[in-house]
Amino acid sequence: MDIKIPTVAALAAEGKVPEILFWVGCAGSFDERYKNVTKAFVKILNKVGVDFAVLGPEETCTGDPARRAGNDFLFQMQAMANIQVLNGYGIKTIVTACPHCFNTLKNEYPELGGNYQVVHHSIYLQQLIDEGKVIQKVAQTAFKGRKITFHDSCYLGRANNIYEAPRKVLEALDAELVEMKRCKTKGLCCGAGGGQMFKDAEKGNKEVNIERTEEALETEADTIAVACPFCMTMMSDGVKNKEKEESVQVRDLVELIAESEGL
Amino acid sequence: MSIISQVIFTVILGIFVFFIAKRVNFIRLNIALGRPQKVVGNNRERWKNVLLIALGQKKMFKKPVPALLHLLIYVGFVLINIEVLEIILDGVLGSHRIFASLLSDFYAPLISFFEILALGVIFSCVLFLLRRNVTQVMRFQKSEMKGWASLDGNLILVIEIILMGAILSMNATDQLLQEMGNAAYPLTGSFLVSSWLIPIFDGYAPSTLLIIERMAWWFHIVGIFSFTLYVTYSKHLHIFMAFPNTYFSKLTPKGSMEPMPEITSEVKMMLGIPVEGETPPPEGLKFGARDVSDLSRKNLMDAYACTECGRCTAECPANLTGKKLSPRKIMMDTRDRMEEIGKSRSDAKIHDEKFLLGGFISKEEINACTSCNACVEACPVLINPLDIILQLRRYEAMEASGSPTSWNAMFQNMETNAAPWKFSPQDRFNWSEELKNER
Repeated sequence: MDIKIPTVAALAAEGKVPEILFWVGCAGSFDERYKNVTKAFVKILNKVGVDFAVLGPEETCTGDPARRAGNDFLFQMQAMANIQVLNGYGIKTIVTACPHCFNTLKNEYPELGGNYQVVHHSIYLQQLIDEGKVIQKVAQTAFKGRKITFHDSCYLGRANNIYEAPRKVLEALDAELVEMKRCKTKGLCCGAGGGQMFKDAEKGNKEVNIERTEEALETEADTIAVACPFCMTMMSDGVKNKEKEESVQVRDLVELIAESEGL
Repeated sequence: MSIISQVIFTVILGIFVFFIAKRVNFIRLNIALGRPQKVVGNNRERWKNVLLIALGQKKMFKKPVPALLHLLIYVGFVLINIEVLEIILDGVLGSHRIFASLLSDFYAPLISFFEILALGVIFSCVLFLLRRNVTQVMRFQKSEMKGWASLDGNLILVIEIILMGAILSMNATDQLLQEMGNAAYPLTGSFLVSSWLIPIFDGYAPSTLLIIERMAWWFHIVGIFSFTLYVTYSKHLHIFMAFPNTYFSKLTPKGSMEPMPEITSEVKMMLGIPVEGETPPPEGLKFGARDVSDLSRKNLMDAYACTECGRCTAECPANLTGKKLSPRKIMMDTRDRMEEIGKSRSDAKIHDEKFLLGGFISKEEINACTSCNACVEACPVLINPLDIILQLRRYEAMEASGSPTSWNAMFQNMETNAAPWKFSPQDRFNWSEELKNER
């Protein structure tokens, strides 16, 4: 399969606007581990044959970390610049794999003049599965008999009430979905939200990601599924800290789907 | 005799009404210290929240056992107040059990029903005292719960038990006096729960019984008045504040932060975007919150609606891992600071150079927050500690330049590289080449 990664600018030069914009996000663009999630999603978009594009070099941070850390000037600068670009291209629908980008684009850009239909990739993947565009085969031997636990991202779950879509995606894999003690509305944070990703934790007696990883390991799942770049980093670090990286994987939803599709 | 006690009663009632009104006004002025906020959004949804969450206690039922016990106390307390209304009328008019003749055959069943509730209240309060002091539920043992906070919690429960005991004693002696044919005690029929207590009082002389009945009556009603006044000073104010608080709570997704439209035109000017018809920000505009007067009125109302149950703190990832942050303490500090400012209104001698941020809440606490919304989700009456934390952070970042060093570095990266990390913007799209080369 020849992978196509069109940019919005290139389409605009042909007078076209993509049906959906894939918002990659900073982690998806720069983080070595999370780039794999970006690539997996692009493979799926290619396979399904969706009319999509990315901003590529024109994309910049949504401003979310600045806003949570209290710097609203910087947030609004970022947001306004992004809105100019998005509105300039006439973007209507945005799909992103990052719950922080998702939350900010969806809930905080409208007040600054950016109105788009914003979809998180968990919802998007669920739609693709429902429409039979991915995972048509009933028996997915690759995942049969495996145990997966899902770690709720705060910015998907409590922040935006998305609890079911990621679980439906995992159920489609035909693996056994096991819940952690604290899940859904009571899900424990990975410790990276609210700007924590960009600083050391305050003094305490434990790191939040270790607490959460212990809980995930208690389920005896061989895969910890995540749907957020920060959760990915925190849970992977936790698993490494517990020296379980041989037996337990931390994977994004879309990586699991891509794997089951043989992509 | 009757006229003297009527006068005494009316005077006592007047005194309590005066002090309660004074205290209510004090609280009103404290809440008015905050920024006024426009109430936007669906009225129906707001009333739905009041009905389901404040009246229906929907969110309490995430923990069914304490929720049921709490509901028992709540229903007991609200319905028994119908009897309090009767007592007040009797006290002012010099009547005795004024509702008895009005309700005739329904009176005894009604009082019996109240007595069952009173028993339920006693039962729940005893269990709650055990939970607080014997089984030691974690969330009641945190550092902010030392001293007054813990005493307040216990006092409320003990007072409720005593008040319910007074009602039952009053009713028991009343029935004995009825049987003895005392003309002042018209026949009402037997009351379900207090009739069990009759053996305790049986055998006393009619004059002693009369004294016990009157004492229980006075003790109960003055107790209720005192309790009402006490509630306005206590965390227990949530029984009233839960209602406006759920009404005014935010309807937008929890993930969205309060917008800051006041800086938007400045940002637009910095970016060279034309600003249409927007007035420049007022002089002396402050960014974020340093003190309670910078917070919104809803934030301040939240602080008075908090009953310090600690469900927020029990769910807070920072608190769970030993950090100083406790969302409950954020609410308690906000309230304490308001009370302090309120007192300085009437006492000019209080020289105040303290602020909420620094004087009560430390940077270490607000910096530890992951903005995960677990506290907001946990609160049974829709209090939002996160909103306060984020406003204090705005003050640190935009007014005091007091953000942690690594955050300042992150801000700088964002300004220069358009990403929170130190990566070159030119490398942003490298992944696409990597992916194409994979094949």
